[in-house]
Amino acid sequence: MSQRAGDATASAVTPVILTRALEKVYAAGSEAEVVALKGVDVRILPGEFVAIMGPSGSGKSTLMNLIGCLDTPTAGSYACDGVDVSTLDAEELAVLRRDKIGFVFQGFNLLPRMSALENVAMPMGYSNVPRIERLQRASAALAAVGLHNRGGHLPSELSGGQQQRVAIARALINRPPLLLADEPTGALDSKTGEEILALFKRLRDEGHTVVLITHDAEVAAHCDRVLVMKDGELHEGTLQEGLHPPQGGSA
Amino acid sequence: MNFLEILRTAIFALRGNWLRSALTSLGVIIGIAAVIVMVSVGQGTQAEIDKMVSGLGSQRLDISPGGGRGPGGARMSSSSFFTLTEEDVDAIRTEVQNVQFVAGSLRGNTQVVFAENNGSTSWQGVQPEYFDINSWELVQGDGFTAQDYGSAGKVVILGETVRRTLFGEDSGIGQTIRLGRVPFTVAGTLKPKGQGGWGQDQDDVVMVPMETARRRLMGSMGLPPGTVMQIALTVTDPKDLDYVQGEVEALLRQRHKIQPGEEDDFSVRNISQIVATRTATTNLMSKLLGAVAGICLVIGGIGIMNIMLVSVTERIREIGLRMAVGAGPRDIRRQFLAEAMLISLIGGVIGIAFGVVGALVFSKIGQLPVELNTKVVLLAATFSICTGLFFGYYPARKASLLDPIEALRSQ
Repeated sequence: MSQRAGDATASAVTPVILTRALEKVYAAGSEAEVVALKGVDVRILPGEFVAIMGPSGSGKSTLMNLIGCLDTPTAGSYACDGVDVSTLDAEELAVLRRDKIGFVFQGFNLLPRMSALENVAMPMGYSNVPRIERLQRASAALAAVGLHNRGGHLPSELSGGQQQRVAIARALINRPPLLLADEPTGALDSKTGEEILALFKRLRDEGHTVVLITHDAEVAAHCDRVLVMKDGELHEGTLQEGLHPPQGGSA
Repeated sequence: MNFLEILRTAIFALRGNWLRSALTSLGVIIGIAAVIVMVSVGQGTQAEIDKMVSGLGSQRLDISPGGGRGPGGARMSSSSFFTLTEEDVDAIRTEVQNVQFVAGSLRGNTQVVFAENNGSTSWQGVQPEYFDINSWELVQGDGFTAQDYGSAGKVVILGETVRRTLFGEDSGIGQTIRLGRVPFTVAGTLKPKGQGGWGQDQDDVVMVPMETARRRLMGSMGLPPGTVMQIALTVTDPKDLDYVQGEVEALLRQRHKIQPGEEDDFSVRNISQIVATRTATTNLMSKLLGAVAGICLVIGGIGIMNIMLVSVTERIREIGLRMAVGAGPRDIRRQFLAEAMLISLIGGVIGIAFGVVGALVFSKIGQLPVELNTKVVLLAATFSICTGLFFGYYPARKASLLDPIEALRSQ
């Protein structure tokens, strides 16, 4: 198992995720003010396979939205693959998501009327890849997640595990430096979930950076490193036996 | 996203709900069809009016007996039917300046017979300058002599339609025909004029000298001596038309001893008044169709807006997903705008087809002149796209302003 996120190389490599004192406050100034994140520092290097764990309400969804460039922080800074996010507008954030982040959702979020191939090719429409190349790349991406000849099927004709593979192929299609998976096994049975996690590991081995958000310790146990959110604060996870010992990086 | 990609996505989205899309475009279809019919009829009528004006000339006045009630509203009673006389014609000729030609005329209908050929036609009993005023030209024969006019010679000039009915390919000059029971010698044939401004056949006519008509053709109608049914005149210069009209009116009022404040017992009309009547009718028609078109386009547009708003709500997760994978607000806005514009453009194209058919039906059934051209079609297409653009913008903007997090989370 290759592990690239050593301290020794940290300074030489641009972190995929680097936050400094990240804060998010909802409904600021009102009675309903919620401080969802309280100064989170996180640093994730290329090639890492990291789980962000935490119970609901811990702020992990907020953290995921910020890391995923779906939202901007109230205070603090976030550099996504070296790009400072805080000053970007909606249009620029979209470009950043397109180029830097591949999303995998719990509910797959495939477009029901499009074939698997079209679903995978869809994000490339926004980066003006010619259609022929798009379909070729989508086809290759499907093959890479083990769906060689399922491209013509509609999502409804595929099993849950297959649908999630399609979604992963879609997330990888623009070759983003970061793969962000939100409860990717939450809607799958445990056996299929294991397969999906194995796929993530393989992707990690191929050099992808994978960040997995989950509340499930068993899922988190598959990752090389576990970060735990609690009450808006992030800690390096060492809390459970059976987890891989935390390695490298600083949180 | 490039143009082709946006188009492809829009077509894909609309196909998924094709019935809904088709129904939505119905308002636009009707609106655009109405636009096409409206503009076609309007242009056709205008072209015809132009033709009529250039055919009749804008330097002509027509004087009829009976009080005029403005253009097209002539009010006549039998007692005022015989107010114009040959003396009036002579008085206009001698006393009004800038009159080029003036002629009185009588008219009626008759049977024309030559050998076994016969037909019914209308006759005009005319004074010499009638031919100049109405731009009639002889193609054959010498026409009427001064003696014919003076002594009520039984001579006749045939319009082309009558000539063809009676003589086929022959000119018929010198032949004797009967109008009713009276034999006439054919003294000439007229150059064809074709269809008139109201669609009537102008060549279905025969001309005889006025005095002849009075004695031989009026028969039992019992007109007072010297009466004419109409006086037509032309002015030397179209600029003088209003002046001459005023002079003629003053002269006739004086001659007919009409006191100030009393109504005229005659009416003077010039071609511009006739045109104005016709233009007013056409304009009313155009406005009516225009209102229908406008209302339909607005209703159609609101329908599009409504459906697009529904569509945005239905596809909120799709929007969220597209945003997550890199669609910016601009991409989302363009996508929904393209769908709205496509609906209205398709409606426009179908509407154009219906409109063209409708215009043709109108011209057949409604006896209305219709002129179709590519400009009309382009105008209609532009209208339809603009409808989509205008009414599609708000839903598209709404979609583009969605928060991707909220959109992804919604069920």
